[in-house]
Amino acid sequence: MELTLFLTFLVGLTGATLRVATPLIFATIGEVYTERAGVLNLGIEGIMFLGAFVGFAVAFKANEAGFTSGYLWVGLLGAMGVGVLMSLLMGFFSVTLGVNQHVSGLGITLLSIGLSLFSFRMVFGESSVLPKIKPFGQYSIFGDLPGLGPIFNQYLLTYVAFIVLVPLAWWILYRTSLGLQLRAVGENPEAADAAGVNVFRTRYLALVIGGALMAVGGAFLSLAQLGAFSPGIIAGRGWVCIALVIFAKWDPIRAMWGALLFGGVAALQLRLQTTGVDLPYEVFLALPYLVTIVALAIAGRNAAYPGAYLKPYRRE
Amino acid sequence: MGLKIERLPAPVWVRPLIPIAAIIVTFLLTATLIVLVKANPLEAYYYFLVDPLSSRVSAIEVLVKATPLLLTGAAVTFAFAGGYWNIGAEGQLYAGATAATAIGLQMHNQSPWVALPLMIVGGFGAGMLWALVPALMKVKLAIDEVVTTLLLNSVALFIVSALLNGPWRDPISQWPQSPEIAASAIFPKLIPRSRLHLGFILAVIIIVALWFVLTRTAFGLRMRAGGLGPEAARFAGINVGRTMLISALVSGGIAGLAGVSEVAGIHYHLIDAISPGYGYTGIIIATLGTLNAWGVALAALFIGLIDTGAQTVSRALGVPAYLGDVIQAVLLLVTLGMLLLQSYRIRWKGN
Repeated sequence: MELTLFLTFLVGLTGATLRVATPLIFATIGEVYTERAGVLNLGIEGIMFLGAFVGFAVAFKANEAGFTSGYLWVGLLGAMGVGVLMSLLMGFFSVTLGVNQHVSGLGITLLSIGLSLFSFRMVFGESSVLPKIKPFGQYSIFGDLPGLGPIFNQYLLTYVAFIVLVPLAWWILYRTSLGLQLRAVGENPEAADAAGVNVFRTRYLALVIGGALMAVGGAFLSLAQLGAFSPGIIAGRGWVCIALVIFAKWDPIRAMWGALLFGGVAALQLRLQTTGVDLPYEVFLALPYLVTIVALAIAGRNAAYPGAYLKPYRRE
Repeated sequence: MGLKIERLPAPVWVRPLIPIAAIIVTFLLTATLIVLVKANPLEAYYYFLVDPLSSRVSAIEVLVKATPLLLTGAAVTFAFAGGYWNIGAEGQLYAGATAATAIGLQMHNQSPWVALPLMIVGGFGAGMLWALVPALMKVKLAIDEVVTTLLLNSVALFIVSALLNGPWRDPISQWPQSPEIAASAIFPKLIPRSRLHLGFILAVIIIVALWFVLTRTAFGLRMRAGGLGPEAARFAGINVGRTMLISALVSGGIAGLAGVSEVAGIHYHLIDAISPGYGYTGIIIATLGTLNAWGVALAALFIGLIDTGAQTVSRALGVPAYLGDVIQAVLLLVTLGMLLLQSYRIRWKGN
């Protein structure tokens, strides 16, 4: 009896881990692309926030306008669009002007959050009831099979993250000439330039891919997990992704494991809360962040940052 | 064809003009947003910039709003000048606020002469403590402080929330907030019937101290040398690690004072919304003030003005007060871009 209970617990935990890890994988892989090209995009938190808001707002309006089936995908597309726009702006500051990436990234985050909250008020007013939409559904690839069924009862985007996004990122970075160029401009832009790689265009491209993925990560929360948007929706997840990238040593596969570790701890804390362990639930909420810091202290020690990390490139 | 950026230092007299030009560009850019929501930009800017200064009450309120900003701006400047990217002023502020509340709750039979210094020292210490782990990780293990300080911001908020929903929960209030601190622990008012309090004096002292340390002491010189070029500084015999550690910890302490000042001067109890992002605004202020103490003071006053004005604009024109946040973010980005003109010239080059 105890064993079945434990197994049920484990099945629930595993399923939840995959769900919690999904937005982190999207955003972390996005950040891996940009950092591999030598740009730290601290706009990640804001781009996720903006993606969550725009995804929701566009889906809500599309639904209102009569799109009864595809509205969520329209929302997702809208999120990707603003993700691209914001990363172009980030590119203007960090690549074209070559100013400080820490501060410009934070500026992008503050701008994205400010614009989202401002627009939310303009679009939805000051109603005390949060507007809602019917979110993405979950699909079980193993049907009602005990054990595997509930674990793999997931959102389509979760499958995309694990089955498509991570392997694809690995393949692009290590097996294509685009990936080679991307890593080259992040490692040694002078040499890449001499070899005929357009440093500026490659960095912009990395930022754009990254920004679109970050926005999808944010939109996953509003369009799949919640079906709503609230100001606390991202709550530092973007910063966690920045840590995961270092933890992963800029490798997509390791990034996935890092996201699963954070997701696992976060899913565990949700379950410990409900089992009545006598600790304030905020301690559990803080746990994944603390685990991330500890993981960083262990794995991030003397991490091999990309050679041109944080360094703008100027052609003399 | 494209932008060509060439190294060419601007004349000295141009430098103070750059933040002013940035402010003008920012207002031009954000005007589009105001037009978009069908309000008159000129009217909006009147409420942002002029209306708060038109009455004595609201002009004093600008100083009240500027008080925590002076402190977080100084905190961020002290770290950035030393080449330490402390993005954790928000968390350090909450640490300071928590310590101030913890001490303030115990001061019921004490004189203010005991209570106030204890809270100030305690808040400074708590801010330092919250900055300690990322600083040590940076100096000893070379782990990026940006990430760790950011993560600890979230953790600080969770701890405050845990305290307010648990041991410190005020049984009388329906909101999660601590009981009120002792009367002796409340910062005295500087002007009767206003909200301006001792924290403002504290902030002014910190700004003057910031100016003095950065420009008039050997430590300030060592710190800035380390910030400009760690290798060169090390070569010159400066203990870069130790200098950076001190600058990180003092930065945390100053941010902690902002928390003390908000608890003891404004709220009298701890709430989880004690800061609407003052720690992050500190980064805007440090940048706008070009890491210079007097610049930081002016920038904090200006942002205080915008913060006060945002409320007025929202009431008068029905434009969401978040417009103030957007303006501040745009101002940060525009300033950052335009500061490039200090040492570079940007030309549009055909072919």
